[in-house]
This record gives sequence, C-alpha cells and structure tokens, in this order.
Amino acid sequence: MNLLEIQDLHVRVADQLILKGLNLTVEKGSVHAIMGPNGSGKSTLASVLAGKPGYEIESGEIFLDGELLNDVKPEVRAQRGVFLAFQYPVEIPGVSNMEFLKAALDNIAAARGNQPANTVEFMKQVRSIAKTLDLNPEFLKRGVNEGFSGGEKKRNEILQLLLLNPHLAVLDETDSGLDIDALQVVAGGINHYRNTDNGVLLITHYPRLLDHIVPDRVHVLADGVIVRSGDKTLALELEDKGYAWLTD
Amino acid sequence: MAIEDLVPSEYSAGFITDVDSETIAPGLDESVVRFISAKKSEPGWLTDWRIKAYEYWRQQTPPTWAHVHFPEVDFEAISYYSAPKKAGEGPASLDDVDPELIRTYEKLGIPLHEQETLAGVEKKTPVAVDVVFDSVSITTTFKDKLAEAGVIFCPISEAVRSHPELVQKYLGSVVPQRDNFYAALNSAVFSDGSFVYIPQGVRCPMELSTYFRINAQNTGQFERTLIIAEKGSYVSYLEGCTAPMRDENQLHAAVVELIALEDAEIKYSTVQNWYPGDKNGKGGIYNFVTKRGACRGARSKISWTQVETGSAITWKYPSVVLRGDDSVGEFYSVALTNNYQQADTGTKMIHLGRNTRSTIISKGISAGKSQNSYRGLVRTSPAAHGARNYTQCDSLLIGSESGAHTFPYIENMNPNAIIEHEATTSKVSDDQLFLCQQRGIDPEKAVSMIVNGFCKDVFRELPMEFAVEAGKLLEVSLEGAVG
Ligand SMILES: Nc1ncnc2c1ncn2[C@@H]1O[C@H](COP(=O)(O)OP(=O)(O)O)[C@@H](O)[C@H]1O
Ligand SMILES: [Mg+2]
Repeated sequence: MNLLEIQDLHVRVADQLILKGLNLTVEKGSVHAIMGPNGSGKSTLASVLAGKPGYEIESGEIFLDGELLNDVKPEVRAQRGVFLAFQYPVEIPGVSNMEFLKAALDNIAAARGNQPANTVEFMKQVRSIAKTLDLNPEFLKRGVNEGFSGGEKKRNEILQLLLLNPHLAVLDETDSGLDIDALQVVAGGINHYRNTDNGVLLITHYPRLLDHIVPDRVHVLADGVIVRSGDKTLALELEDKGYAWLTD
Repeated sequence: MAIEDLVPSEYSAGFITDVDSETIAPGLDESVVRFISAKKSEPGWLTDWRIKAYEYWRQQTPPTWAHVHFPEVDFEAISYYSAPKKAGEGPASLDDVDPELIRTYEKLGIPLHEQETLAGVEKKTPVAVDVVFDSVSITTTFKDKLAEAGVIFCPISEAVRSHPELVQKYLGSVVPQRDNFYAALNSAVFSDGSFVYIPQGVRCPMELSTYFRINAQNTGQFERTLIIAEKGSYVSYLEGCTAPMRDENQLHAAVVELIALEDAEIKYSTVQNWYPGDKNGKGGIYNFVTKRGACRGARSKISWTQVETGSAITWKYPSVVLRGDDSVGEFYSVALTNNYQQADTGTKMIHLGRNTRSTIISKGISAGKSQNSYRGLVRTSPAAHGARNYTQCDSLLIGSESGAHTFPYIENMNPNAIIEHEATTSKVSDDQLFLCQQRGIDPEKAVSMIVNGFCKDVFRELPMEFAVEAGKLLEVSLEGAVG
C-alpha cells in the first residue's frame, strides 16, 4: 500500500481555487521533491495535508496508508504520523522548547495508547539530537522559536522531525535562508530520518538541496497542478533552464 | 476550528451544601449591625466602631470609576449574616461540626483533619487552615502546634475576645472605615475571617491558610483578615475561595489588612475561584475587595500574589504602603476572565520611605466576551529618595471578542525616584494553535500550555502546591475558550 495517495485534489483558500486537480503518490521509503515557482501552490499542498483550518478541500481525496484523511482533525493527523516542517515557524513565547517537545511526544504517545516517555531519557534524547544539529542546548530552555534566527528555526523543525519520527514528513522549504554549512546539517538530519518505512515530501524552490538529499522523484507544480514529473535529472534540468519552459 | 467558538466552562466547586443555617432577614440598618456585633459577643468599642462605619457608608454611593458594568446592587436584598447551626455553643471542635460541612470541604479538597494534606498533593510540611463558611469560622487546624511557636492563628471573632488589645490597636489602621464604599460596608457588617499574629523574631513554622466558602443564598460574605508580623518575623499565608453556582449574583466585600514591622516579611497568596457565572453571564460573585499592606518598619517586605480566575466581577487592588526605609512591596497577579466575566484589578504602591522598592508583575488573560483591566498606581512622596518601581503588565487575548485594558497611573513627586513601566499585549494566534495541533497537541491543551507559559513569572511566586493547583485551575477556567 502507498504511504500517501492524492487524487484529483482541488483546494480553495479564501474563495480562491489554488490547487486545481493535483495527483500524487508517495511510496514507503521514498523521497519526492516538489518544485515550482513562487505562488504555484506548494505551501498550500503542505497545509492541506496537515489539515490547516481555512484550506478547504473542494473535491478530491487524500489517503494516508489507505485511510481517507480529508476530514481528520490536524492533531489526529499528527498522531497518525503526518509531520509538517513549517516554511515560517511561529514563536510561542513562555512555553519552553523542552516543555513543548514533551507535550507533543506525550500526546502522540497517548493517542497511540502508549506510556509517556521517561523525562530523564527524553531530555537525554533531545539533547543528543540537538547536538547532531549544532543547536546549542540553551535553546531548549527558551520559548518555542522565541528569538531564534531563521536558520535556528529551521534546525529546530528538523529536531522535531527526528524526535517525533513521523510516518510522512512534509518539509516546506526547509532549505530556504540557510547558509551552506547549515544546509548540510539540515540535509544530514533529513537523511538520518529516512528509512524504508517512511516517506518524505520535500518542497523546495532551489534545486541545490537535491545535491544533498537525493530524491526518487521530482515533480514540478505550476498553477495548482503537477505539470511535469521525472527522476532526479529533472532537478538538474531545472537548475539549467528555470521553470519558464514548463509553465509557458 | 476557530478560537471564537465557545462552550461553557465547568465549575467543579458549584454544588450547594444542605445544612441548617441561621440567616437573618435581608436588609441593612443599625439594628442589623448591632445584631451581628451581639452575635459575636463583641465589646462596646467594636460595636461603636461598626456603627460609625455604617453611618458613613449610609451616606455614600458605590464607586463607578472601574471599567466594569453591572446592574446596581440592591443592598436591601442581601442578608448580612448566615451561619450553619451548631449543636451546642462553646469552642468549635471538629466533632461539633456538621458532617455535611466536613463532606463539603472534602469535596473541595480542603483538609479539616490535621493529618491530611491539601488537594491530594504530597507535602512534607502541613498547612494550617482556618475554614470560613458563610459568616462564621468552622474550624482552625494546627492551633496547638502554632501556639508552641507563639503564633496566634484564629478566627477574628475569637481574637476580638482573646486578644482585644491587638485587634483594637491594628483593626482599621491600614484600611480605615472610611477608605471606600465597600470597605465601609465591610467595617459595619464584617462577619468572620482570620487573625494572625507572629511574635518578634519568629518564622512561622508552617503555611497558614484560610478557605472561604459562600453557601447560603442571597447572603453576602464580608470577611475581615488581619495579619500582624512583629519585628524580624516571617509568615506565608494562602487564601482560597469558592461558591455554589446560582443564578443570582452574590456580593463578597472583604477587607484584608497586613502590618509588617521592622525586618518582617509577609507573603500573601490568593487563589480566587468564586463562581464566575454561566456562559451567558448569568449569576456569579461580585468580588469587591480592599486589600492593603503597611510596611511600617525599616526593611520590611510585603508580597501579594494573586491568581484570579473566578467571580463575575472583580474589583480588587492589593496594595502596599511603603513607609519604612528600604521596605519592599511586590504584586504578582494572574487575572483570567472568560465568557462574560469582568475584572478590574491591579495594585497601588505608595512610596513614603527612603530607598523603598516595589515590583509589579501583572498578567491578564481575556477569553470569550470578557473584559480584563489592569489598574495600577505608583506614587512616590517627596521624602521617598531613591525609590524604585518596576512594572510589567502583559495582556493575552484569546479569540477576538474579549477586551484587555491597561490604566497605569504614576504620581512621582521625587525627582530621584526611578519608575519603569513595560506593557505588552499579545494574542493566542491561530498559527500558534495550528503549530501545536500539528505536533499532536489538541487545541484546549495547547491554549492551557500557552497560558501557563504566559503566567510563569507569577506562578513561580506561589508556594509549590498552590502553583500546581493554579495551573489546573487555569485549565478548567479556560475550558471552552477554544472550540
Ligand atoms: N492564506 C491565504 N490566503 C489567501 N491566499 C493565499 C493564502 N495562502 C496562499 N494563498 C495564495 O495561494 C497561492 C499559492 O500560494 P502558496 O501555496 O503559498 O505558494 P508557494 O508555496 O508555491 O509559493 C498564491 O497565489 C497565494 O497568494
Ligand atoms: Mg511556500
């Protein structure tokens, strides 16, 4: 069974049709890159997969592991293993990162009928992941994303990915705004997360990320539909020619 | 899912106790004041003191400057005295207490038996409790243990008889009878409340607490608390309160006076959870309270911490008069309003002595259609050289139909004083909620987590077991703030 199956998806945001018949299949163990010009609907796709309020499915279906996701609450999708790394992570002042991560982990565990993680073990685990991402452990005491630089916010998203270890990871421009060293750290984190049982939907504007994370498939999104799919060589082609030849 | 969708919150303390009470007919005149005074076998000076207050009150009208709106209170419709009937007279031991009352407090998580602990929380040191039900004190625990340390902790009606010189010296010395409309009313008809005296150099061996419960219908509660900390002494005092759910509004007009002499410290914490009314704003307590502390001695310190989640209307400004040189006043407040609740609360820091310092941290949370105001005064006198105040006043809005307001007043008469004021207003955003949901946390838990984080600086000031309680209370009070 496919991990993710999207059929003829039409999505409306604020009365405007943004996704206009999108089809996509992600198999277990694979990385699919979604590329496309600004405003083509990439973040809209990510949001609708996560169930963000205001993103109305007009028609079409989304299946995760064969189960219809269309009307499932966002937190339940998360509990079933959908993870979204945000393009613009928001701050939650006053709630420490550590506390937030524990709440996330415990709520997901509870929804699956599991015991909450042992606090000491949990803190050890978080600290060790932070280390692999070059995140200063002091960040864990601060408010969620509070006062983080753009790059730190992105690394914090990957920290959450590695800790929560979801079934499907949707990464929305996690590479944007990163310098080359940070890009390598983030790419390393994503590669570490990959296994034969999970899948990655890698949304990116820049082909350079795909030098570090080799995709199984590359799709080009333009004006709410996928206009071209191919293997990783499509990314190289895009690097040469841009998007215009596909969208005109 | 929009934050605006509201459902009623659950008020778990809203039950009514079926107990045989002696309640006087509604209405207030001099004979009612004399009746209350006689009921408590008070000496003549106190009866006169009450009558003076009554005569002043009679000529006054309720204040209207607070940012709250409610129909005029009919003071003739209120009964000014209600007490559960006792089997016999004489000192109330727990055996004399109606078992129905004991069950009431068990339900509320308040231990009347000395070996028990607060609300199921494991504690190493016990808490002494004075329990006030409507107009009378039911029982006070750990009295003997406190007496060993020389600490007096008893109902104020008892202190009037057992320690008249202390009561006469200090009663009304911080909040005079004519202080304001509600303080005058309280001075005329106050029923019970706690009296605390910490002798010189004594560190009170345990936390003291009073638990107030309104039960009877159409009665007001007018408790009076007086705490005196002699030179070099220390006490931490906690106050909690609940009331049944009723459709009518009920009046609560308390007065609390604190006196700290040289090098003494009083820490006063309140968790106020009076019935807030239903989701349509019907019923609930009118909480019109005057609380003030006097730092009389040099280097004395008074610290108010309040968590206000209940009441239909809150009108309350725990204040500190900093007379002693180098004395310190603190006010830490969390005020949460939901549905149609209205709160106008804050503090006054009056700097009279040299090098006096005050800190004000106020966290207001408004949800539903509620209105939440911070009102604070910082005043320095010409003599208050080197006075310092730091005020931080943060508002958090949940949804888009509630209001947050800030009314800071600064009257600085000393050019050397340093007064700092910071204020922020923020909103629990849909994006924050969605981030939490995307990480598997449901919106109600998310809001409670965000609000708890917002209040952290204040909760830190509460005694441990109360901090846990306060966190839980916020969660309950916020129920339905997101749908
Ligand atoms: N919340 C929103 N309200 C209104 N329009 C939106 C909203 N989100 C996205 N859009 C519009 O939808 C289109 C697709 O946007 P988006 O999915 O963010 O594109 P991308 O991520 O590919 O740059 C754009 O025209 C954008 O203006
Ligand atoms: Mg985007």
